[in-house]
Amino acid sequence: MHSDKTHSELAEKFNIDEPRVNWHDETLWWIRQKRDKAVWQLPEWESLREAASQIKHNVLAHLSEYLEAFERNAIANGITVHWAADAKEHNEIVYSLLQKHGITQMVKSKSMLTEECHLNDYLAEHGVEVIDTDLGERIVQLAKEPPSHIVLPCIHWKKEEIGELFHKYLGTPEGNADPQFLTHAARLHLREKFLTRKLALTGVNFAIAETGEFVVCTNEGNADMGAHLADVHIASMGIEKLIPKREHLGIFLRLLTRSATGQPITTYSSHFKQPRKGQEMHIVLVDNGRSVQLGREAFRNSLKCIRCGACMNTCPVYRRSGGHSYHTAVAGPIGSILAPNLDMKQYADLPFASTLCGSCSNVCPVKIDIHDQLYKWRQVLVQDGYTPKAKTLAMKAMATTLSKPGMYKSAGKVGRWMIRKVPGLVNNKLNPWYKQREMPEAPKQSFREWYAQNKKK
Amino acid sequence: MRVGLFVPCYVDQFYPQVAIATLQLLEKLGCEVVFPTRQTCCGQPMANSGYEHLTGDCNELFVDNFKEFDYIVCPSGSCTLHIKDHLHAQDEGGAQHIRKRIYELTEFITDVLKQPIKATFPHRVGMHQSCHGQRGLHISQMSELVAAPFSKPESLLQQVSGLELVTLDRKDECCGFGGTFCVFEEAVSVKMGKDRVSDHVKHGVEYITGADMSCLMHLEGILKRQNSPVRVKHIAEILNAE
Repeated sequence: MHSDKTHSELAEKFNIDEPRVNWHDETLWWIRQKRDKAVWQLPEWESLREAASQIKHNVLAHLSEYLEAFERNAIANGITVHWAADAKEHNEIVYSLLQKHGITQMVKSKSMLTEECHLNDYLAEHGVEVIDTDLGERIVQLAKEPPSHIVLPCIHWKKEEIGELFHKYLGTPEGNADPQFLTHAARLHLREKFLTRKLALTGVNFAIAETGEFVVCTNEGNADMGAHLADVHIASMGIEKLIPKREHLGIFLRLLTRSATGQPITTYSSHFKQPRKGQEMHIVLVDNGRSVQLGREAFRNSLKCIRCGACMNTCPVYRRSGGHSYHTAVAGPIGSILAPNLDMKQYADLPFASTLCGSCSNVCPVKIDIHDQLYKWRQVLVQDGYTPKAKTLAMKAMATTLSKPGMYKSAGKVGRWMIRKVPGLVNNKLNPWYKQREMPEAPKQSFREWYAQNKKK
Repeated sequence: MRVGLFVPCYVDQFYPQVAIATLQLLEKLGCEVVFPTRQTCCGQPMANSGYEHLTGDCNELFVDNFKEFDYIVCPSGSCTLHIKDHLHAQDEGGAQHIRKRIYELTEFITDVLKQPIKATFPHRVGMHQSCHGQRGLHISQMSELVAAPFSKPESLLQQVSGLELVTLDRKDECCGFGGTFCVFEEAVSVKMGKDRVSDHVKHGVEYITGADMSCLMHLEGILKRQNSPVRVKHIAEILNAE
């Protein structure tokens, strides 16, 4: 989802329709409130978060050992394990399995990793039809859009618009926007795909090193429908999805959906351990920049992410700019600390798309210091030369002025005088502050001038 | 007790009445207050924009100005947090002393002075929880956490005679100021500010107060553009009102 436009340009466009921004904000805020209600049911919530964070810390500290153990145990279970260094390799592995079985149509349940790898586009170019079976993902797929949210892919769509989309593509009656009716139509549409497709790809929420099994969480059961009916099941997972033991799963399952939607647990938490008779099961372990991020000490913790989306729901910027304004597969605060690792130039704008309010770090179920990492990415991006020259010059001028008391004092005095005498100098179109806000009044006397007059002995 | 008064640069230049109120309030509460006149800025505008490496001279200046005081008090959670987290200098001992001894005004009154407030402000007031004070300095509990609620600034406001504190729909949502965010992400910044303002307006406030004038400056800009009768007032002005 590459874009020539920056987050602020895309966000400005999103804000043209203010009532829609209000609707988007309120919809996501409602989910944040559901999350609050759910977590307040558990007095041990904060210690659960701490436990999960520590377990993931252990995983990241011993990642290679856990990966090898997982591979060993998965192979012993009869699963074929593949290693992909990057998105390209991942896509090629999936395509080679399709080719091996002569399959040109497949189903896929929710996997943000395949969005990150742009698998659908790659397979389309190779003549493979992919049907996304998560309802929200199917909606954005029909609309030829990427998901705008990792858990709620079509949260930016209104039910009336989905009614129109289904009328166009699924032949539902025009003007019918009843969610239950539309869901039923989607169910019938998808059921036919499940019954006829021979290969199913799923994501992985948690992979357990000690058993070689993996867990996929869905509310719609679409991962199960796909995997149980297909001859070939491919599970794509980022290498950070591991947890050491099965007994740790309870902590993560309790955290995941409460954080995501306020549900106590996903409707389906499906464990896959071995292929059924006659079925092939494959796991693709994908790096795609993760080991580089692991090596960046300041940003390593970002790999603890379990993709709950809570940081998006709580983010006041995300709620008012929409997922697409982040022009990357994983939007919002977490996306803004993950994306620059993949491409600093392309995503140099994202760490600045935040007020550093810190709400994201507080809702994060694995306690990633998201807002601190946003601050740190800003430093890295500036040092590595990814900020506009004009900004650098302005900052240098500011730093010089502020480090010299005399210069600061006269600059302040002159500045205030000019604002008072020639308000047009600041109250104009070139000043982004003034576009929708009045400037503060410039008093005749600064505090330090008052102090010199009234207090200084 | 000698207190060094640290006045944020934009407060010095645009809101001198906030610094005057802070000074008077601290003196009323028995402190010996000094404003070191060679102070300028904490360096946060550069640092938050990714230019922390340019803040060295500001840091040196800050340490020179403030290292001799028992406490350093500032009417801004944001500037205080920046100093606490990022102040380093050649005189690292001095820097460390400051990092430990710097307080935002309401936490200083609550945790160090521990004195009751005698003030009168007979108005309906909404409290804006500025993020850096709240989530950074922890001067109020955060709505995201499963933890007992408290608020140092609100506890002080509750002592003000005649003051009626409203309960907002979203008690700790960011206003969208965000330093240079307010101009580089103008559209979202303004929308966030408008939404904060309407939460206060909806609850019939006459004044919006808070512990950070930067957030209030942003909200004031929006209120004025809307020709709203609602005014902003820094918490120091209210706690100092007679």
